[in-house]
Amino acid sequence: MNLMMAVLVAVLYTGGIYMILRRSMVKVILGLIFLGHAANLLIFTIGNLTKGKPAFVPEGMLSLDEPFADPLPQALILTAIVIGFGVQAFAIILFKRAYKTVGSDDIDQLNHTDELDR
Amino acid sequence: MIVSVILKTATRYLIPLMLVFSFFLLLRGHNEPGGGFVGGLVAASAYALFAIANGVKPTQQMLRVKPLSLIVSGLLIAVLSGFAGIVYYGVFMKAFWFETKFPVIGKIGTPLIFDMGVYLLVLGISLKIIFSLFEEDEQ
Amino acid sequence: MKSLTNILLVAPILLPFLSAIIMLSAWKKIKFQRVMNLFASGVAVMASLAIMQKVRADGILVLHVGGWQAPFGISIVIDLLSAIMVVITAVIAFVTAIYSIHTIDPEREAFGFYPLLQFLLMGINGAFITGDLFNLYVWFEVMLISSFVLIALGGRKDQLEGAIKYVTLNLLASAIFLAAAGIIYGLAGTLNMADLARKLPLLNNDTMLNLVSVMFLISFGIKSALFPFFFWLPASYHTPPAAVSAIFAGLLTKVGVYALIRVFTLIFTHDVNFTHTVLLVLAGLTMLSGVLGAATQMDFRRILSFHIISQIGYMIMGLALNSPLALAGGIFYIMHHVIVKTNLFFVSGMVNKFEGSYRLKSLGGVFKASPVLSLLFFIPAMSLAGIPPLSGFWAKFTVAKAGFDLEQYFIVGVSLLVGALTLYSMTKIWNEVFWKDKPDSIQNNNTKESWSSVKLYLPLAILSLITIIIGFNAEPFLNLAINAAHQLLNPQEYIKIVLGS
Repeated sequence: MNLMMAVLVAVLYTGGIYMILRRSMVKVILGLIFLGHAANLLIFTIGNLTKGKPAFVPEGMLSLDEPFADPLPQALILTAIVIGFGVQAFAIILFKRAYKTVGSDDIDQLNHTDELDR
Repeated sequence: MIVSVILKTATRYLIPLMLVFSFFLLLRGHNEPGGGFVGGLVAASAYALFAIANGVKPTQQMLRVKPLSLIVSGLLIAVLSGFAGIVYYGVFMKAFWFETKFPVIGKIGTPLIFDMGVYLLVLGISLKIIFSLFEEDEQ
Repeated sequence: MKSLTNILLVAPILLPFLSAIIMLSAWKKIKFQRVMNLFASGVAVMASLAIMQKVRADGILVLHVGGWQAPFGISIVIDLLSAIMVVITAVIAFVTAIYSIHTIDPEREAFGFYPLLQFLLMGINGAFITGDLFNLYVWFEVMLISSFVLIALGGRKDQLEGAIKYVTLNLLASAIFLAAAGIIYGLAGTLNMADLARKLPLLNNDTMLNLVSVMFLISFGIKSALFPFFFWLPASYHTPPAAVSAIFAGLLTKVGVYALIRVFTLIFTHDVNFTHTVLLVLAGLTMLSGVLGAATQMDFRRILSFHIISQIGYMIMGLALNSPLALAGGIFYIMHHVIVKTNLFFVSGMVNKFEGSYRLKSLGGVFKASPVLSLLFFIPAMSLAGIPPLSGFWAKFTVAKAGFDLEQYFIVGVSLLVGALTLYSMTKIWNEVFWKDKPDSIQNNNTKESWSSVKLYLPLAILSLITIIIGFNAEPFLNLAINAAHQLLNPQEYIKIVLGS
């Protein structure tokens, strides 16, 4: 299971980096979303994965039974997902506006702010 | 805009159900899966469904309040719940619980109030996003 | 009494938050929002000064939010560096509040400019006072999302283009930061910075730590516009209105610098030879590329934007040299730079307001039109270039002196060269905008009265006065920076106070 997740994270990172290097705006957004998911899943995997074992200390014991899934990373990615949701929603609206004003979804067309003033 | 009759009829039954479910998620959130965030999202998706079936204008009329006022009241409720901790313990955001238990809901305390704030906030923001996306399409 | 202190500690976050909520509830009442913004910023200045006083008297202050002890809960930790940053933020917010009343157009005001400004301040302050790595991420995001909206507000074409570059690269930085925080949690099992500082040396896993430290370096490097990662800054900072680009120029990159200082003095001290050498090389390249980029530009704000980059290099140089004096120089540099840079952007906004352009080619004759504004440009510009006795001289002098003491002659040489080139850019602006006659082809359509409105000059005058005060009375400020540097380089006290053992 951990190995599978590791492969999945790697695939998401590869896909994300490939996508943000593309020229189309839509693909850049997809790339950003992939990178966000990759980071979330990375943290999720770091906390260890177990099936059907809630992280409760058993009655009369002082610590959890091994192996257990650390609940904290899961709480962290919950926060990260919420933040990612907001930021990505904003990014989509921004890109859509830019697409309408510039009239093209080619990132290479967006070079007016870098042009030298002669 | 072509609206399917099936969708329109189905939403009429689905929306109350989804709203009740969102409230149920909110109340059980402290110790069980659920909470203000998912609750708010479920409620927002109920309204989004209505907007898809009937358009934005009727949805805004049905909602009556503006998404912005939902956001404001949500933020305000969430912050104020943190002040109870200062009053009782001198520490910001420390949880304050009432001793008596209520049926169905369980214990009531400031975390639940905080969650209600989150519920309203998430509902407001999601609706704001949904409405502005819809309105941009209609233009 | 104790609860009063506790409220004071969260005041930098709560004050902007509450005032933003109040402003949101009065969405249509623009006049009320202006007054509220000014009032909240004024109160924030007083609160931040009270915090500074308390930190100087009692040492590092800690608040465990929600009553959960560190390292289990989130701690708010204010040491001298945090206090300095909070005070500077409050001052800049206050002058920007005055400045924006007269310069922000009604459309942006109606779209929630003032609440967004307060949300931005909440994020900045939160990043400065948190003692938890993941919480730092959250505050970064609060700050970023409000800055995203502020930079795109108005929706002009170049603004949207700039915003896309800004948003994309900053989201990339956030994704890297998040992954790095996750990996470090996997290594140490904690995200509290003090606890990390205690546990990481016990790991004996330098390879992994170097890897994570580089991830943090890249992520904060993007946010603070370090050498290979700075391209979003000159592409976007010159697009929003002057008040927005001034507060961005003053504060946003400095949050990245603050995070770098915090992380590389408290957490990643395991392999100074590696991490701080990388930082030093990047610092030198940042200074050079920034100042050379500025030399080619012919736009008021774009020159200033490139100079932000070169100045970031000095701060990072102070951090990378890793001696008390060098770090103190870096911190002093932040104090000086934030004030001077904001002031220069204010001046550019004033010139644009009356002459209608930022392009050097179509400007001119401002000295004749308004000698006062010319003086208010001259002071921060000379300070930026490091002319004694203004604040920039002491900042550059401290960093260079520390470099000499450590026998790092090469980087000191670079920093002095960059200082000279900064002077070149500033004289270019002076010649083109203030000294030369107005080009004949450009019509003069402004009236004499507009130049003589006193309230417009007030924020610029306040900041220039602060620059002069720091310049002529540098010792208390320098001592403060030295004390802050000592606290940072001896983290045992920080760890002890946060973890309480």
